[in-house]
Amino acid sequence: MVNVMDLPEEEFIYPGTRACAGCGMALIYRIALKALGAKTLITVPASCLTVLHGMQGFCSTKISVYHTPFATTGASASGILASLEDKGLEDEITVLAFAGDGGTTDIGIQALSGAAERETNFIYACYDNEAYMNTGVQRSGSTPLGVKTTTTPEGKLVHKKNMPKILEAHGIPYVATGIASYPLDLYEKFKKARDIHGSKYFHILSPCPPGWGYEPKDTILIGRLAVQTGFWILYEVENGILKLSRASSRYLDPSKRKPIEDYLMAQKRFSQMTQQEIEVYKTYINDMWADINRRIQNQD
Amino acid sequence: MTDSKKDYQKILGSVQKPVIGEAGKTGTWSSKKPIIDLSKCTPVKSGKPSCFNCWLYCPEAVVSRTIPPQIDLEHCKGCGICMEECPVKAITMEEVKSE
Amino acid sequence: MTAIEEKKADLNENIMILTGNHAAAHAFRQAKVGVISAYPITPQSPVVEKIAEFIAEGKLKARFVKVESEHSALAVCCAASATGSRVGTATSAHGLELMYEMLPWAAGNRLPIIINLATRSLGAPWSVWTDHSDFITIRDVGWIQFMCENNQEIYDTNLQAFKIAEDPRVYLPAIVAYDGYILSHTMMPVKLENQDKIDEFLPPLNHHINLSDISQVKGIDPVTTPHIVKRTEGTAPGYYEYRYALQKSLESSIDIIKEVHDEFARKFGRSYGNGIYKKIQTEDADTIIFAMGSVSSQARVAIKKLREEGLKIGIVSLKLFRPYPFKELREFFKDKENIIVFDRDIGYGYEGVLSYELKAALYSLKERPNIKGFIVGLGGRDVKTEHIITGVHKALDEFKQGIFTNETDFLGLRLDELSDYDESTYFKRG
Repeated sequence: MVNVMDLPEEEFIYPGTRACAGCGMALIYRIALKALGAKTLITVPASCLTVLHGMQGFCSTKISVYHTPFATTGASASGILASLEDKGLEDEITVLAFAGDGGTTDIGIQALSGAAERETNFIYACYDNEAYMNTGVQRSGSTPLGVKTTTTPEGKLVHKKNMPKILEAHGIPYVATGIASYPLDLYEKFKKARDIHGSKYFHILSPCPPGWGYEPKDTILIGRLAVQTGFWILYEVENGILKLSRASSRYLDPSKRKPIEDYLMAQKRFSQMTQQEIEVYKTYINDMWADINRRIQNQD
Repeated sequence: MTDSKKDYQKILGSVQKPVIGEAGKTGTWSSKKPIIDLSKCTPVKSGKPSCFNCWLYCPEAVVSRTIPPQIDLEHCKGCGICMEECPVKAITMEEVKSE
Repeated sequence: MTAIEEKKADLNENIMILTGNHAAAHAFRQAKVGVISAYPITPQSPVVEKIAEFIAEGKLKARFVKVESEHSALAVCCAASATGSRVGTATSAHGLELMYEMLPWAAGNRLPIIINLATRSLGAPWSVWTDHSDFITIRDVGWIQFMCENNQEIYDTNLQAFKIAEDPRVYLPAIVAYDGYILSHTMMPVKLENQDKIDEFLPPLNHHINLSDISQVKGIDPVTTPHIVKRTEGTAPGYYEYRYALQKSLESSIDIIKEVHDEFARKFGRSYGNGIYKKIQTEDADTIIFAMGSVSSQARVAIKKLREEGLKIGIVSLKLFRPYPFKELREFFKDKENIIVFDRDIGYGYEGVLSYELKAALYSLKERPNIKGFIVGLGGRDVKTEHIITGVHKALDEFKQGIFTNETDFLGLRLDELSDYDESTYFKRG
């Protein structure tokens, strides 16, 4: 278990970025870069992270980044790695792809799947703010049921895609979930992933104050509620073995979970949900946990 | 700059170099700023490097992991996460006049 | 490839009997391409199959990223080029169209990537046979575009293309095209050059960007606003300036294309006109056929017959399609009387692209030649000598009558055989 003093003091993002105040993604990115260090090359598709990186001429990060079109993150990372291999530098430099949920679960899924199938030696991190925030909050394949977006004014009618499971099905050596609210957990996982050879996938829930409809100060609180209500489960799957992360392990017991209403009602995006839909969520969460539980039982 | 070959070959791909405050003085985004009451701050009181939640949770890297923690108010966007995450409620958000 | 050819493959500086696709693959091998990424598509696939073979046999030390789509293929190429490697791929038709988003990206990022294009018509409906529809669709994205007429030219143009694309006065991607099947799958003698000589001609890439040097932190291709950005740390151009520079570099690359072509000719003893277009029996000609690729090749046969009829006719076969060599063409055509253009493509909604672009290029001449365009050979329909002869006669006849039109005129159509065809017998409408 890492402690706050174990994290490097060095920052790889300079203050004064274009990210919104209280941005979950900015915190996730800051912690991930601390874990990976300076010997990293990053590729980023069109997303809020493009905005954080800044406009022409000047950027806010101390690590080189290749901006790439929306659908190509997995391919772009493969290209960087192939060139590093061509130059014999593949063991010295970590390749990191960082994309949003739209860029991962929707338009980028093919390139990501291809890269994972090729056992590309890289880390792919999806920061999931559960909609196309950068273009004005349209629904994505990762938007949860009931969420009001600019393209689901009535609330989204179907559940989000389970992306970590899809990546697990590729048989890659490491899949982990994370959330902005547990930075030490994130740090540990990124550090571990750096030293694993092959494709590593992170799916990180990224609370978004303007998109989700809460005060910027509550980013950590909202994310913690996602974990405490059991809506978001922190775990890692190493070579097929699933391990619940510390912050989530106690919520295997349903009685320990806070009511889902605590999470949903704290955000404007869920505000028009009916009691019936909330009941659907209860089943959804129980099913998710039952699945996790079944796996834990069966792998012993 | 002229039309000569030499000059336009200076403009190739759009590239960036790192700067502090890429978006400018983002401290101006909010009038409220975190002020630390050092008499309550854990590392200040204990004199030992500890807690530093304000540093850990800051999405902007504007807090230093020092005793006492320093906040770069020129770039702090005033989100208030540090106030929320301070376990001893040493941080309050106060109106600060920007320069 | 036969066993004898396989043995010969070990020996460079040798004449081999190769398909166009394999000529391209050999050029990639001898250019020592560092990263290749491709997706199979007919009729290009043998290029990358051959490259995979070279890598497996240790004849080429390259990384071959076998991607799940052409969009990814070019995305891999862009990122690998930006990381500092010499990079190339090959595709056809739908593959090129799927790459489309990445084409202006590569050009805008000024990445010297080489694509080999075995041309093929675009669906719908499905067709695997050649025309130049795919090639012409990418004319507005900022790539240098070459069209070849034989397999030796494919090999030679590839070697030149890398040198041109990587020239610090250029830094642009380039595409080397050749007709699907007609060249891609047809065997011809190709002289492979000595590796040392090629290494002299084509030194290692010295890229303007190189992400692999992590001592220099860079962001590449960020959001670039309409404005100039000025800060105490420096000044950065706006999008408009980047695109101006791209266009100016493309325009001026013509000189470097000629220069590299001439250097190649001196070193290896083979040339292709002036590197921009090839003239065939034009010295005494007042009438010129203007075409590219397989159509020019067929016209070579046609002019023999037309000359027997007493016509003073020659051919200009366009090798460089982009940047469009308007000055050179204007200079060449200023004294000519008649131009008959044969397009194996259509700028749909207007006319054949070679035709309307040449008309525009010659507009500023005081005395403009007569120009008529014909459409030929779409979807692999044979372009026959008689079609070209018919076209020339018809055009000269119309010029005499003072008929000048932009309306398309198709040669080799067989509508007369379709009297019993009607789509409504397949799908009854309500």
